[in-house]
Amino acid sequence: MKTQIFISLKILGMMILLLGIIYPLFITGIAQVFFHDKSNGSLLKKNGIVIGSALIGQQFDNKAYFTSRPSASGYNTLPSGASNLSLTSKKLHEQVIQRKKEFIAVNKLPSDQIIPSEMLFASGSGLDPHISPQAALLQVERIAEARDFSNGQKQKLKIIIENNTEKPLWNWLGETKINVLLLNLQLDEIK
Amino acid sequence: MEILSTVLPFIFSLIIIAPFSGNYIYKVLDGQKHFMLPIFGKPEKGIYKLASVNPSQSMDWKSYCSALLMFNFLGFVILFILLLTQQWLPLNPQHVSNMSWHTAFNTSISFVTNTNWQSYAGETGLSYLSQMAGLSVQNFVSAATGIAVFTALVRGITGQTVKSIGNFWVDLTRSVLYILLPLSIIWAVLLAGEGVVQNIHPYVEATTLEGANQIIPQGPAASQIAIKQLGTNGGGFFNTNSAHPMENPTPFSNFLELFAILLIPVSLTFTYGKMVKSSKQGWTIFTAMFILFSAGLVISLYSEYQSPEIWENISYMEGKETRNGIAASVLWSEATTAASSGSVNAMHDSLSPLSGMVAMINIMIGEVIFGGVGAGMYGMIIFVILTVFIAGLMVGRTPEFLGKKIETFEIKMCMLAVLAPAIVILIFSAIACCIPAGLSGLNNAGPHGLSEILYAFSSAAGNNGSAFAGLNVNTIFYNVLTAAGMLTGRFGIIIPVLAIAGNMGQKKITPVSQGTFRTDSWLFVALLITIILIVGGLTFFPALSLGPVAEYFLLQNGTLF
Repeated sequence: MKTQIFISLKILGMMILLLGIIYPLFITGIAQVFFHDKSNGSLLKKNGIVIGSALIGQQFDNKAYFTSRPSASGYNTLPSGASNLSLTSKKLHEQVIQRKKEFIAVNKLPSDQIIPSEMLFASGSGLDPHISPQAALLQVERIAEARDFSNGQKQKLKIIIENNTEKPLWNWLGETKINVLLLNLQLDEIK
Repeated sequence: MEILSTVLPFIFSLIIIAPFSGNYIYKVLDGQKHFMLPIFGKPEKGIYKLASVNPSQSMDWKSYCSALLMFNFLGFVILFILLLTQQWLPLNPQHVSNMSWHTAFNTSISFVTNTNWQSYAGETGLSYLSQMAGLSVQNFVSAATGIAVFTALVRGITGQTVKSIGNFWVDLTRSVLYILLPLSIIWAVLLAGEGVVQNIHPYVEATTLEGANQIIPQGPAASQIAIKQLGTNGGGFFNTNSAHPMENPTPFSNFLELFAILLIPVSLTFTYGKMVKSSKQGWTIFTAMFILFSAGLVISLYSEYQSPEIWENISYMEGKETRNGIAASVLWSEATTAASSGSVNAMHDSLSPLSGMVAMINIMIGEVIFGGVGAGMYGMIIFVILTVFIAGLMVGRTPEFLGKKIETFEIKMCMLAVLAPAIVILIFSAIACCIPAGLSGLNNAGPHGLSEILYAFSSAAGNNGSAFAGLNVNTIFYNVLTAAGMLTGRFGIIIPVLAIAGNMGQKKITPVSQGTFRTDSWLFVALLITIILIVGGLTFFPALSLGPVAEYFLLQNGTLF
């Protein structure tokens, strides 16, 4: 019994040193050298100020920006969170109807327009940075109007949507999507 | 199309790689020569020397079991203390405060038992030291404990009149050094390359495009997520686990993490074939598991893609991430519940009723569809023994498994291992449904509320760790009761399994004769699946019909709560 306590403690001590200290610091070293930006949160900077992370979505209320998905945590990262509502939840059903109405109204779309479902349902992390290209295209007219864009500028807007569209990896892995924050950053660049 | 392109490459790559990795794991566990020896051979010897372990000394089942229990108990004590004092310890740039006693109790039990249930939110409740030296370490050693128990059981079954079933310290150390650590290093580097954070910096404050404040969390995540996926642990670095874009940022990281969930559990079916010197035995178990896995996946996909009238054909994206989409989210929910991982890339609480039910059934039938690292195999062998026994009763012969007679003692132990988690799931759920402390945590009304409670105790007893996360479980009631469930579900199986190993090792092997009931045939696959479903089905069907089944029919009718 006594020997087992000592062996357990010694092995635990060595495991904590090896797996809890050496291993994570070793990986940190490799990551910091080879993937410096990525391992530090893929931060985005504008004029030297951190404006967010390319991985983390942001809330956009201004009509002149593309809107992100609904978020149960309001794009708060501390902590991340989802609605966890079920499909038999009245609350969820009302939310979806309400979001659909709002999306159609604010973008002046026909009332029978099909809205991509990611704009109607909240994400799992509350921080989803992506929407589908269709959801972005449906917002073009509204943004052009809010920004007083000429036809030429509107064309440019459609081009940046196309350029920002991320296809599935090797055409099979993942979804076709677009990063809202990166898109909005380029939107601000349209002159 | 989307479904096929997500599912098929995943399954094919697993089936191609698993026989090779299974063979490698066999060599490691059997103490043969392999290519990692030159790298970790010296550290292995060093560990034995420093801990004064004699690696060639073999243990009988009782000392194997007591070594395991002592190691796990002290692991719990250290983690518990670490979580209670993290505020005063180094590597805490966010000045996270100490955990409450009940959350710390729950979390440390949860990680020691390979459950990795999250009562806490990693980004606000844990210091970097707790994540690294606390949770990560248990991620490794709890998975290694599972592999050790599996190895000991097979040694007992194949041993010819021996008392000893191996050396726990050797099995543990080898599993960590040669299997879990090398794979974790590869996975961690690949994940960091995809954008998973890996640093020890404080969180970064950002000013968003619209001028709001947003905190960008940081931390040593990649190194922990690698072992969390590979060891079927599943406890996230962040609150929303692998749905969090920093824990799982790209389609490739999603594939890697998904692959890691099943890699070792699937490989172990082939390791088993090697250990019993009949690869057909391994393939038989693989086939039975694979059929159950595929059946669950088909039902989940069907359920997730069909939409009842009230939802007007909108595809269900609640709780799912755009980059993962529906097919990859459902595939993950099937893999993570089949394999006792419990990590999630979409919120299970928001899954459609039937896919939520499949997830629950996967856990309830004892986490034997590939199952946890090691745990899935020893759980499955329990069912194999039961099947042999029942088949033996049907034809009126003394049941034999791999030449060993199955007798009263083995069956008693098997029943104990099958009943212990079932009792936890049903009785604890019933208690929670009867008292305000249980009901006040609910996030959904109607039958889905019952599902939330049922899922919580299934997850605890099955050592899975995923959740219908709407249920608020960070209360004294749930923290203590689920911790009790996790302990029962883990050691209520490990102890009987080791007892079986010890008892069977002492028996003689009778040579195969014409009357021997074969355990490597299609007939056996069918029988095994039937036994698993009958045991699971009969025990849980009433509870499931009040939860997800009722929810399914009400949803078809358009009833909301």
